Amino acid sequence: MTGDLSELYQSLILDHNRAPRNFRVMEGANRHAEGYNPLCGDSLCVWLKLEGDKIADASFQGSGCAISKASASLMTTVVKGKTKEEAGEIFANFQRMVPGQAGATDNLPARLAVFAGVREYPARVKCASLPWHAMKAALEARETERVSTE
Amino acid sequence: MTATARVTGITGATTPFQVERARDEFPGLTARIRGYPLVYLDNAATSQRPRRVIEAISNFELTHAANVHRGVHTLSQEATAAYDEAREKVRGFINAEHGSEIIFTSGTTASLNLVAASYGRTILKSGDEILLTEMEHHSNLVPWQLLAEQTGAVVLALPVNDRGELEQESFARLIGPRTRIVALAHVSNVLGTVNPVREIADLAHARGAVVVVDGAQAVPHLPIDVQQLGCDFYAASAHKMYGPTGVGFLYGRLDLLEKMPPWQGGGGMIERVSFEGTTFAPPPARFEAGTPPISQAVGLGAAIDYLGALPADSLAQHEQSLLIYATEQVGRLPGIRLIGTAQDRVSVLSFVFEGVHPHDVGTVLDAKGVAVRAGHHCAQPLMRRFGVQGTVRASFGFYNLREEVDLLVEALGEVRRVFG
Repeated sequence: MTGDLSELYQSLILDHNRAPRNFRVMEGANRHAEGYNPLCGDSLCVWLKLEGDKIADASFQGSGCAISKASASLMTTVVKGKTKEEAGEIFANFQRMVPGQAGATDNLPARLAVFAGVREYPARVKCASLPWHAMKAALEARETERVSTE
Repeated sequence: MTATARVTGITGATTPFQVERARDEFPGLTARIRGYPLVYLDNAATSQRPRRVIEAISNFELTHAANVHRGVHTLSQEATAAYDEAREKVRGFINAEHGSEIIFTSGTTASLNLVAASYGRTILKSGDEILLTEMEHHSNLVPWQLLAEQTGAVVLALPVNDRGELEQESFARLIGPRTRIVALAHVSNVLGTVNPVREIADLAHARGAVVVVDGAQAVPHLPIDVQQLGCDFYAASAHKMYGPTGVGFLYGRLDLLEKMPPWQGGGGMIERVSFEGTTFAPPPARFEAGTPPISQAVGLGAAIDYLGALPADSLAQHEQSLLIYATEQVGRLPGIRLIGTAQDRVSVLSFVFEGVHPHDVGTVLDAKGVAVRAGHHCAQPLMRRFGVQGTVRASFGFYNLREEVDLLVEALGEVRRVFG
């Protein structure tokens, strides 16, 4: 692999693409949102189970590229167990990190730093952020709402 | 697999096409991408422009820039003459009978919207039918859906077979007494399929329907003769045929254009204006409200001159040999499924890479300097027809080399290395 490509397709991303975690429709979810990217036609659904203020469970399903699938997979592992507010903060930091804003990785869970390479491929930034937008919409109780990257 | 692609109209053996000489004309092809020489295989999205097109535009802007029509000063008269000359070149390029049958637009999309908004809205009644095909680009689908919503007409689509072809049997089944408009691509932007426009036009006319052809993907590859095709409308864009963006044209049969109302109002399209009422100019001016894309039209004229001077037969043979070679080389890679294997097609190759999303394929190829298009190609119904999310599309122009097919294949090997 060229140095360039391995920055984007890091082994953690390839691993989550091959074997996505929490890739399932969730029974008993109380929040749900669909993310859609009209540019590529990719869509995915995110389910959350909120217990009080806490995200007790998170899952997703859908079709997409390696970046969006790995991003969704890692996202579910990161937000599980977090409070709504904590998840919202991670969302905001992730949104600043993928297009390459300086210092944005400082407050992010280390695993998510693998998406820093996306900044070299501007066409793919939306792939990484699509599942996060869906998660945010689910969190904000805009249930069954469809969020679009456009 | 055996490639059986061919282009109608190739006559006998010709001298090989001088690809390297043609490439010298295209400054855009010398770019380096991520450290690699550019392999430009996205010609169905937009082609590169030859130096003489760029120079024609820049020459117009440098020495003739003025608005067209009604100008009494010299520059305006020069601009008008250049604009009229470009229209005459388009007329000759598609062998229309009259120059007034050529309307300049911003591109194929605007041309098709013009037909829908002006012709369609005038003649369609509730329950009338518009017959499309499953392989249409959204630009030859959505305007008809909007029109159907406004008029109560119904949109129907001809199915596409597994090879990516239309079948006459289904046409006979779907065309009916209420069919008023048949709209189809001359060439599919995804499959490369060349559709039998003449046969369909004859059948449609026998039932009293008009035929609207989206020629965007045909103009860079095939000789176009609208009288031989027998279509009523023909739409195309300059930027897919080595001309600039921002300009395209609509051909319309004069007797139809003369009856059609304007679709946009403004300067240049009127005969006489008063607050009591306005009368409109005859075609084509009636359909060209506002200042047109003048320098772009001049650029389109230069592209037509450029194409006209190339040896058409050996050029077509070169494109076909690229298609056959690419079909063989890409088609035999493990895990690749070709989408679109029509008997009659142009140099467009769509495929899916098993287990890898088209956008990931596109990104890996880009890292090797290979520019392809990946995704649904604005043809979502066709993607559903083939049961795919999207495809990777390599589309070849006459300036592409066999070696570039090899580089594509090599880069596809990299996709396998990354994704396993």
